[in-house]
Amino acid sequence: MSATSPPDRRTPLLRAVLAQTGMELRLLVRSGESLLVTFGIPLGLLLFFSSVDVLPTGRRSAVDFLVPGVLAISTAATGLVAVAIQTAFERKYGVLKRLGGTPLPRSGFLAAKGLAVAALLLVQTALTLALAAGVLGWRPTGSLGAAVLVVLVGAMTHTAIGLLLAGSLRAEATLALSNALFLVLLVISGVSFDPSVLPDGLAAVGRVLPLGALGQALRIALDGAVPTTSLLVVAAWGAGAVALASRTFRWEP
Amino acid sequence: MSSAAPVAPAGDGAPAIAIRGLHKRYGATTAVDGLDLTVATGETLALLGPNGAGKTTTVECCEGYRRPDAGTVRVLGLDPRRDARRLRPRLGLMLQEGGVYPVARPAEVVRLFAAYHRDPLDPDELLERVGLADARGTRFRDLSGGQKQRLSLALAVVGRPEVLFLDEPTAGLDPAARRATWDHVRELRAAGVTVVLTTHLLDEAEELADRVAIIDRGRLVALGTPDELTHGARDELEFTAAAGLDRAGLGATIGAEVSEPRPGRYLVHAEATPTRIARLATWLEAADLRIGELKAGKRSLEDVFLRLTADASDPAPVAPASRRRVGRR
Repeated sequence: MSATSPPDRRTPLLRAVLAQTGMELRLLVRSGESLLVTFGIPLGLLLFFSSVDVLPTGRRSAVDFLVPGVLAISTAATGLVAVAIQTAFERKYGVLKRLGGTPLPRSGFLAAKGLAVAALLLVQTALTLALAAGVLGWRPTGSLGAAVLVVLVGAMTHTAIGLLLAGSLRAEATLALSNALFLVLLVISGVSFDPSVLPDGLAAVGRVLPLGALGQALRIALDGAVPTTSLLVVAAWGAGAVALASRTFRWEP
Repeated sequence: MSSAAPVAPAGDGAPAIAIRGLHKRYGATTAVDGLDLTVATGETLALLGPNGAGKTTTVECCEGYRRPDAGTVRVLGLDPRRDARRLRPRLGLMLQEGGVYPVARPAEVVRLFAAYHRDPLDPDELLERVGLADARGTRFRDLSGGQKQRLSLALAVVGRPEVLFLDEPTAGLDPAARRATWDHVRELRAAGVTVVLTTHLLDEAEELADRVAIIDRGRLVALGTPDELTHGARDELEFTAAAGLDRAGLGATIGAEVSEPRPGRYLVHAEATPTRIARLATWLEAADLRIGELKAGKRSLEDVFLRLTADASDPAPVAPASRRRVGRR
């Protein structure tokens, strides 16, 4: 052997995380089911119920009511449903275990998931706002920057809840539960219609659940105010989910 | 060990892998039971054993997936768990389950794994090398079993590993693909890569390994070059006949200890001299017994393996008198 110094074998972390992010993104958009949930349902809701005024939307116009709600729904659809299901099956098929044996650290893996969610949500948010403003006659009144910030906090929370499911339940159970949770949250959180038509108490419960709090925070932000309380509720759910997931997450099938 | 153990420089005689007193239990099951094993830098070692012998657990302790209950494991002088960040870039591994995204395509997965490393192999050349150039755009779940295995091998070597762990690398491959994989492993060995492969294919161990470690019930029961193992430590004569012979009587006649590692398979622990063989034949004739096989000298690795792991690999009931295990120390 020659006397040259040993080759540098340190992991090129940035390149690894970016490559992983690209892979995560491609996988998210490669699955038809995932696209249906992340784009089809939120944008479909927005288009249909803005044009066909059958849902109770309180004193606001349908599109005014729906834009913040649909942004919140997109966030939950991506984090809670699409990422949860994808990760659950990655675990089931031993992908997570295999990645654990590569130089990509777990923090890098989680960062890549987060970046992929953020990138997808950026597109979802842009599409939602473009559709609302361009086709449905919606005019923003508050701060779009604040809304994007709220979406990011919501994304972290819902992704953490999704990963909590994916890392502790069987893949099939994650699939069923994340869809069921999403459906229930969709109905009781005041994001798709005015919750005052719900039975007493149910609307109050919906407001403190992550999707309801996120919808409220977005509504306040788009109205031009600072949604301190509701954003704190969203963040608290996220912190709880992260704390629980970091204890219960299993990487192996 | 200090918490900042220096990286062992390769090539100065330090072993690539050092396992000392490894114990690992899963609940009430002991998977690895006090294993000592050293793999030299550049060596190819085959871990051979029946299913459930502890091969995969041993390898997974080296890969950092499992924490030993007792004992130490060092790979390239590093602790596989504590020093994972420094060690992982230098290891290549192939797990039994594919562990690849079902809808991902070979080309993008190899490129992804290449991006985890500072100086990877060229993904396109590697795909060509493992014979997946034509399947580069096929979803993983649509690949054949053999193609999946070859992709796993490509993912294991793309980072130019110094130590390569292959867990049953040719399971499910047809003979031609198996040969191709063997050639690839030989090439890596020639390039100086340390290879640990688990297998229950005896010809695979014989073809590839510098040394073979036979593991049974979590313990090392034999270790040596394929030649050493097949020649045996002492002279022996092996024959088959009806089960449950009077081994004491036979032993007295031929002047040697006789054991019955499996029902109907006998070992005479002495040199196979013509006199001894003649006496054996006479004794059998007197008892009106027919002899099945009679073997002296070199035995196949399969014989060695079956004898050493008889109880575990043969679930058939064994007569109490023949329960003695051979080769267990």
